[in-house]
Amino acid sequence: MTAILEASGLNKTFGAVTAAKDINIAVARDEIVGIIGANGAGKTTFVNMVTGWLTPTSGAIRFDGRDITGLAPRRITRLGICRSFQVAQVFMTATVFDNLMIALGIADSHGLAVLKPLRLAEREARADAILRRYRIHEYRDQVASTLPQGIRKLLDIAMAMVAEPKILLLDEPTSGISVEEKFGLMDIVMSALKEDGVTVLFVEHDMEIVERYVGRVLAFYQGEIICDAPPAQALIDPKVIEFVIGDEPQGQAMRERAGLAPAGEGSDA
Amino acid sequence: MNLALTILVEGLGYASYLFIVSLGLTIIFGVLKILNVAHGAFYAWGAYSCAFLIGELSTMGVSDLGTMIAIPIAALVVGVVLGSAIERTIIRNLYGRDEVIIVLATFGLFLVLEDVILLVFGVDPYFAFQPTLAMPGVQIGGIYQDGYKLTMIALSLVVGLISWIVLNRTHWGKLVSAIIFDSELAVAMGVNVRRVFYVVFVAGAVLGALGGAYIAPTISVSPGFGVEVIVLSFAVVVIGGMGSIGGAAIGALMVGLLRAYAVLQWPEIELFVVYAVMAAVLIFRPEGLFAPAKARKI
Amino acid sequence: MTQFMDRTVIGLTLGFALVALLGVFVLPDWLMSQVLIAFSRALAVLGLVVLWRTGLISFGHALYFGLGAYTVAMLGKDLGVTEVLITLPAAGLVAAVVGFALGFIIRKYREIFFAMLNLAFSMVLFGILVKTEALGSTDGFSVEQPTLFGIGTEDSTVKLTVLFLAVCTVGWLSAVLVHRYLGSVLGSLTTAVRDNEIRVEYLGYSVAQAIHGKYVMSAALTGLAGGFTALALGQVDPESMVNWTVSGELVFVTVLSGPGSVAAPFIGSLLFELLRTYAFELVPYAWQLIVGGTLLAVIFFLPGGLWSLISKLGGRDRAAQPGGNRGEGER
Repeated sequence: MTAILEASGLNKTFGAVTAAKDINIAVARDEIVGIIGANGAGKTTFVNMVTGWLTPTSGAIRFDGRDITGLAPRRITRLGICRSFQVAQVFMTATVFDNLMIALGIADSHGLAVLKPLRLAEREARADAILRRYRIHEYRDQVASTLPQGIRKLLDIAMAMVAEPKILLLDEPTSGISVEEKFGLMDIVMSALKEDGVTVLFVEHDMEIVERYVGRVLAFYQGEIICDAPPAQALIDPKVIEFVIGDEPQGQAMRERAGLAPAGEGSDA
Repeated sequence: MNLALTILVEGLGYASYLFIVSLGLTIIFGVLKILNVAHGAFYAWGAYSCAFLIGELSTMGVSDLGTMIAIPIAALVVGVVLGSAIERTIIRNLYGRDEVIIVLATFGLFLVLEDVILLVFGVDPYFAFQPTLAMPGVQIGGIYQDGYKLTMIALSLVVGLISWIVLNRTHWGKLVSAIIFDSELAVAMGVNVRRVFYVVFVAGAVLGALGGAYIAPTISVSPGFGVEVIVLSFAVVVIGGMGSIGGAAIGALMVGLLRAYAVLQWPEIELFVVYAVMAAVLIFRPEGLFAPAKARKI
Repeated sequence: MTQFMDRTVIGLTLGFALVALLGVFVLPDWLMSQVLIAFSRALAVLGLVVLWRTGLISFGHALYFGLGAYTVAMLGKDLGVTEVLITLPAAGLVAAVVGFALGFIIRKYREIFFAMLNLAFSMVLFGILVKTEALGSTDGFSVEQPTLFGIGTEDSTVKLTVLFLAVCTVGWLSAVLVHRYLGSVLGSLTTAVRDNEIRVEYLGYSVAQAIHGKYVMSAALTGLAGGFTALALGQVDPESMVNWTVSGELVFVTVLSGPGSVAAPFIGSLLFELLRTYAFELVPYAWQLIVGGTLLAVIFFLPGGLWSLISKLGGRDRAAQPGGNRGEGER
């Protein structure tokens, strides 16, 4: 197994606050990794460091054997690591179709090719195909600011995928999505991602989603990884239950399944 | 030594009226987040009204000293009438629009108000030097100093002091400070923002007009003289920090002293130096030398 | 659906050809010179429209306007170069070079700070010019008679006609190029940058670079505008070419025109010029009142500028713009 993404000794401090502490992980090609942790545990900091938004205070990140520590987001994107956002980052005044066209246009163009026309028939056909694949084609001509939350999230992920990245980081794909919609949305996303054969890391609060879709769990607590295991194992790990799941709505069920806690104990800790 | 003293007094005199005008501009920006180009019109209106009034009073036989009453009257009338009218008709209807569009609207207003001045007061310059005659000259360090200029410095100190007291010691002032600090929070706390906006806009207009009214006796009040003041007070406000009262004072002092130095020692760089400092501040410390958030705590 | 000759290009070509023909055969001199001044300014507005689509408004483009104007004037005065095929490109080039240099700083700024920093830079040039005796201080100096292919003329109608045709040609070319630009991938990074810089970065393009390029483009166009204006007026001076009121005027015409089309700056600028001239003739002491009032009226009643009115009247014109984002620049 060769690691496509490797973090070694990552640390990040903001003044007195430690957001990441000695993070060491290796992710293999085609793995689907869930990143869990309470608010402020350092999940998004990790995503931000891998995608270049933040530079680690110390440590290194390697992608496909290449050191990418401290590169700008656009360089990391070009190398093949893309991301989605907790709050969908789309072009609000453009239509869904135009959002994708711009994304495709940038992904297609290197150097002076950015001066070529945006609207090529071939590119338009690809944009339509992507919209169908993410089942948002019916919103094609709607302006992004008027979209329902779930559709905007799908658009956000679709835009991250146009560059055909090798790694995709999803930052809470189901946050802000209703309980009824969340599995539908994740099914669309995960089946589309499987087709593309991309390695996925996603930050998630919802343990049902984690249990259902990931092959490996990284649990964060106070900037550290406290557990790195398959979900069946990780979700019954006492440390994970105490520091991560305890805050989650499904915490109670998880604890009971693990035979750890009688009803009502420690959930507000 | 004498030169240094001259630069100091000249610079302080110049800084005084810049401070008064810029204070009005900066509180409007701090509270309403509007960069008000029409502020130059308040200044010009203040000056014209004051000069006109001094002329009338003088013809009626009022003493030179007595004509000074024209200054506060002009400032208050212009500020309250013009400020209210503009806030009610134009500014109020622009809240929430793109800030650059608002700036442009105030530019349109400025053009309109400049011409209304010509229609009301005519195109001939006004001279209203009577109040300066009432002020005896003073010898400081062996140099003769214009008395009126010294009262201007005193006035700016008084204005600065009053502003400080109002903002820090009164209920209203605390509301204003709260809004400058964080307007969303202020709304959440139940502050009637619209009303504060109105009062602040009018207060800013009064200060703009006061600056003009006070300077009027020392210059020939003629068409188009508000143009330079706008961009100078922009420089002051940017240097000090947009929305900061302490910043307006620092900015005015810097611009005033720099300019006095340049005028006396190196006239070629008189304007250049002011804007070079403005550019430098924006480049190295865009929030201004005296950032508002650090200036006050609520 | 992308063709080399789309509707906008055909429209621009026909429109400019018509104006050129009208100018040469029909219009009286005074009107021709109005169109000349208006189209000169429109070049600058064209650049400002690109910035505005990106969410940026500069209150200091008089810097580039003045640089262009003084470049043309100084080439003639100091070096004896009057050939417009040299002086006009030089005007654009000087402005572009300065824009490129300042762009490294300016591209980090947005909103009011962007506007103010540009203002500060332009006022620095103003401050220098008003105190430079060699350049006539506040009075400025007059521009040498221009020559084309080395040929000059004393006949003012011939001179006017040549300049007029030149501004029509440059205007047409600039409009077509900017139109093509806006339809390109890079051109789509106008409204896209305005809407969401983070997304642009994470799609793999540098926002700073995108803004820098547009800034240089607007500087070059504004420099050309200044160069043409200097030739048209035969005179340069700080007050009417570099002061902040000039920047204000340029932004004014930008908002008047609206960001909907590359033709809008030319129409908006012409209307502004006519408005100003007629206002001045009708009420010499109150022309600013009419101009300012018009500006307020546009802001209140026509947020998309004149072009939104034209496209409303003309039906579905806007749909024909490739790469064009929904006309109005409002958020």
